[in-house]
Amino acid sequence: MAKTVLDFEKPIAELEKKIAEMRAVMQDLQIGDEIAALEKRIEELRRSVYANLTRWQKVQIARHPDRPYTLDYIPRVFTDFIEMHGDRHYADDKAIVGGFAQLEGRTVMVIGHQKGRDTKSNLYRNFGMPNPEGYRKALRLMETAAKFHKPVITLIDTPGAYPGLEAEERGQAEAIARNLFVMSQLPTPIIVAIIGEGASGGALGIGVGDRILMMEYTWYSVIAPESCSSILWRSWDFKEQAAEALRLTAPDLLEQGIIDRIIPEPPGGAHRDHDEAARILKSVLVEELEALVRIKPDQLVKQRIKKFAAMGTVEE
Amino acid sequence: MSWFKREKKITTPAEGKREIPDGSWLKCEACGEIVHVKQMQAASYTCTHCGASFRIGSSEYLSLLLDKGSFSERDRKMRSTDPLRFVDTKRYADRIKTTIEKTGLYDAVRTGMGKIDGRTVSIAVMDFAFIGGSMGSVVGEKIARAIDRALKHRCPLIIVSMSGGARMMEGAYSLMQMAKTSARLTLLHAAGIPYISIMLDPTTGGVTASYAMLGDINIAEPRALIGFAGPRVIRQTIGHDLPEGFQRAEFLLEKGFVDMVVPRREMRKTVSQLLKLLAE
Ligand SMILES: [Zn+2]
Repeated sequence: MAKTVLDFEKPIAELEKKIAEMRAVMQDLQIGDEIAALEKRIEELRRSVYANLTRWQKVQIARHPDRPYTLDYIPRVFTDFIEMHGDRHYADDKAIVGGFAQLEGRTVMVIGHQKGRDTKSNLYRNFGMPNPEGYRKALRLMETAAKFHKPVITLIDTPGAYPGLEAEERGQAEAIARNLFVMSQLPTPIIVAIIGEGASGGALGIGVGDRILMMEYTWYSVIAPESCSSILWRSWDFKEQAAEALRLTAPDLLEQGIIDRIIPEPPGGAHRDHDEAARILKSVLVEELEALVRIKPDQLVKQRIKKFAAMGTVEE
Repeated sequence: MSWFKREKKITTPAEGKREIPDGSWLKCEACGEIVHVKQMQAASYTCTHCGASFRIGSSEYLSLLLDKGSFSERDRKMRSTDPLRFVDTKRYADRIKTTIEKTGLYDAVRTGMGKIDGRTVSIAVMDFAFIGGSMGSVVGEKIARAIDRALKHRCPLIIVSMSGGARMMEGAYSLMQMAKTSARLTLLHAAGIPYISIMLDPTTGGVTASYAMLGDINIAEPRALIGFAGPRVIRQTIGHDLPEGFQRAEFLLEKGFVDMVVPRREMRKTVSQLLKLLAE
């Protein structure tokens, strides 16, 4: 299903192409064994390529244009989704979607960043970069969820909050700050899953929760590697080094104690198998939610504040 | 997020106020007049011609705001552990070391207890001289403890912000300080303890998008650059120069994000009056 092939995926793609060609002539020839051998080689190659990805390569997978986005996951993970729109102040931001849905029969509020897959839909979705009204819509939906004692699940996938003129006029900083403040005290379970890119305040703006999960090939940091390179190296060319220095992958964040769990992806990444990626995500969300709904809301809030209080290291 | 000013050609952002150099005379970047250092200091570090604020350090700001001799500093020597062993063109560990030597500061905020016209406050003042006033684990922890002290003593909290944003060299840890400090502020809110946020030039990025915007009362100094994205990034996004006054304190007042713009010379008086109104 993958249409875009990343550099380090090319050897795999070439073998796959070869198999496809062989299959086309298979009826005439006895080459079943050869195909089986080739398939085994692909499997081995994929395993070794994906076992040795650099941090920058993982960033590239997180941005893969065929990767499932929020609206790809929702129908696969949830049922009865009804999208809700608007922040009730200014507009409906298309870069953040959300609404009530059910997860294994339990009603939840699901909210996520939404990217587009082609130029037209990317313009519509503003490349997954929310304006203040996106954060305010998310906040409204979360408060609605809390009002009716429904848990919140957020899916994070953004290259950042939109750095535009009007975003500043309408208070991008205030919108994000307000979300951090209110999410800290929201009296209902919140599960946060990073499903693609977790860029800075634009990600964190819907990222305060009781359980923070990252899919295997995603990144989450204070800045994108390219921007970090441009500022610290004074050039756009050091993105690989910046990605290494920032230590922004799922295993890195697990080690730093910032996330609670890594959600495995299908072999070769979520972009290769949306259904399987969604199945794994769903099983983890169900399991985590089962544990959280048993905790009383005031206890949950206390634990949540404590959880974030523990993040960081200092020397005294 | 950036404290470097890369592009020399930018016309709109806060190129202006640099550290006050040695020597007796200074040029005011706002009005171009030459001001004597002594005059400027006597005028609360503002231009005697146009009233523009010069960029000052945390010591100067603490002395402007607090009753003389009332400041008792806490966690002064708390410093970064360099948790990621971060290296760019320099090692972050070395950057910290030389910055400590150069500035006499241990990180980008100073915190403690003090008094304003006899009223006890928990105070935090950021310092741009320390890696652009950037927020890493130390800033987050010191702000969190300043909040705790306000809770413990049931006294108002004052945070004076001046920051380029979250500190890149501590990666996701820096990002999480936004959540950590905002979460802690909810406790102050629940306890009914006032928090006054004062924003100086510049306050951008993760600091604006967390505690700086969350004051019960948000105050800005005149002309202070306050925003989420820096002007350089916005200019790159939209592809043309920014309108005059964009992201300045007066602009934020107009758009509804600060309660008031208060000249530095009147800051202490205004804060004192607010404390009185809240207490009586
Ligand atoms: Zn002047």
